[in-house]
Amino acid sequence: MYRYVLRRLLLTIPVILGAIFLVFTIMSLTPGDPGTLILGMTADKEDIEALNRELGYDKPFLVRFFNYLADIIFRFDFGDSYRTRTPVFQEIFQRFPNTFYLAVGSMALSSILGISLGILSAVRQYSFIDTFFTVMAMFFAAIPGFWLGLMLMLVFSLRLGWLPSSGVDSWRCFILPTATLSAGGAAGLMRLTRSTMLETIRQDYIRTARAKGASETTVIWKHALKNALLPVITSMGMSFGASLGGAIIIETVFGMPGLGTYIVTSIRQKDVPAVSAATLLLSVLFCLIMLVVDLLYAFLNPRIKARYTS
Amino acid sequence: MALSAKTRARKAKKHSEVKEVWRRFRKNKAAMIGLGLAILIVLVAVFADVIVPYDRTTTQVAEKRLQGPSSEHPFGTDHLGRDLFARIVHGSRYSLFIGVSTSVLSLVVGCLLGAACGYFGGRLDNVVMRLLDVFMSVPPVLLSLAVVAALGPNLRNLLIAITISCVPGTVRLIRSVVLTVVDQDFIDAARSYGASNLRIIVKYVLPNAIGPIIVHTTMNIANMILSAAGLSFIGMGVQPPAPEWGALLSSARVYMFRAPYLLYFPGSAILMAALSFNLVGDGLRDALDPRLRN
Repeated sequence: MYRYVLRRLLLTIPVILGAIFLVFTIMSLTPGDPGTLILGMTADKEDIEALNRELGYDKPFLVRFFNYLADIIFRFDFGDSYRTRTPVFQEIFQRFPNTFYLAVGSMALSSILGISLGILSAVRQYSFIDTFFTVMAMFFAAIPGFWLGLMLMLVFSLRLGWLPSSGVDSWRCFILPTATLSAGGAAGLMRLTRSTMLETIRQDYIRTARAKGASETTVIWKHALKNALLPVITSMGMSFGASLGGAIIIETVFGMPGLGTYIVTSIRQKDVPAVSAATLLLSVLFCLIMLVVDLLYAFLNPRIKARYTS
Repeated sequence: MALSAKTRARKAKKHSEVKEVWRRFRKNKAAMIGLGLAILIVLVAVFADVIVPYDRTTTQVAEKRLQGPSSEHPFGTDHLGRDLFARIVHGSRYSLFIGVSTSVLSLVVGCLLGAACGYFGGRLDNVVMRLLDVFMSVPPVLLSLAVVAALGPNLRNLLIAITISCVPGTVRLIRSVVLTVVDQDFIDAARSYGASNLRIIVKYVLPNAIGPIIVHTTMNIANMILSAAGLSFIGMGVQPPAPEWGALLSSARVYMFRAPYLLYFPGSAILMAALSFNLVGDGLRDALDPRLRN
């Protein structure tokens, strides 16, 4: 088994390096040079050129890339913000926890809701509960997250006054954003769990389990669930990626000082290093979660286990 | 004569297959509702100028700012006194255009790369798949945002940005469907009588993989409509004063407490558009699924 873990760990490194290269390349398509972006169009030509030279912008593209990469790896330096001229990492580091809590919390909530409602619907196929939750899932999969956020804010903050509409001062501020963000993911996971569960229940080994006299609870929880959840686990990783992306937009809705709002303001101010660094950090986090999901999948799937232990 | 009879027979067979899928699709109530909604949205987009003239979307009437729904303005007016109904009707063109064009674009790229990878395999497949791994390591919204950040926010760049984020998934799907087809005997048969690779891919591989591709593209339209609206909402897509639905919500936010109807209508429009294509996609999947055939 450790061979699989090692292989998967090593595979993550080129992907992360590739992601750094991809983000660096996209961001270097930004028109204009950093000197002009920092000092402004009206600044002295010579000052601009001197600053460009100082930042290494006069060097070829690949040299710039490897300098950037070396700075990240050896000094954990993601460059200085064009706007504040201070290291971007500090600002990102302060804001990171907010985005992290939001994304992880909503992934947890959507997994719990999605998987349990999916099982319930599958076990009671064609019942009222099944129809109700299936229709709800259809709706929530199609609701634009930011709109749902605004509507929840309208009801729970304005009309009822139960929850704060913005900020990050207490855990109560996270309730509405987390609920908003988890809705779409829960809908997707619910539909997936329902369909894989229905497929599993029809398998021969389930009939065997019933035939040998196992109780319905044992059949569902012990025999069916374990097999039905395998594809769901794979999809949870992707759904975390969607959460991270969604968090960017939801943070804007609820005015939360996280990485999403940071990226959006940095884009408006053409602060290239800030956008690159925040994008990279979220991508690396996504890669790590995918790694964890893959390892979890391997541990739960006897087929992969068998291939590597023999 | 013999040839034309054969062609006719083949056409008849294809015809009956489509008919069979349609018969099963028609029995699915949710799918038919979705189809009805989708047709309605397409009609609204096509006949937008007939329903309400375009200048109604730009006419600003100062004394009619933020007025609730009335017989004159069925959806009310916005903060500049513009008719919201007209803006939503004309906004359908943006959403539909963005959803369909990005899905078709990524379908074209997906077919080229996915079919090539699945059919030829080997080194080409390996290189393209590793490249896609890199593209998929950046969450889709972030990838789109990075592209918009570099190129600047406008409609063209939004199209590029969301197509790029959508291509990797499409390539992977088409590759996996193609892989299930290439091993079959009729592909070997085609090869044995000397058909070129291109001919085999276009005439035999892709038509046999068409089901999942159609379902994926239909669902993609819904997803692309949602991501385009989201990006426009945070100001990184279509820019106001264009009446794009996400942009409408973005400017409505400031007035949401005074005029909540400014949120209700554009949001419902996005929801309806995404829901309709999702329902159609679901219905098509069930109708095309050979396991459910009876």
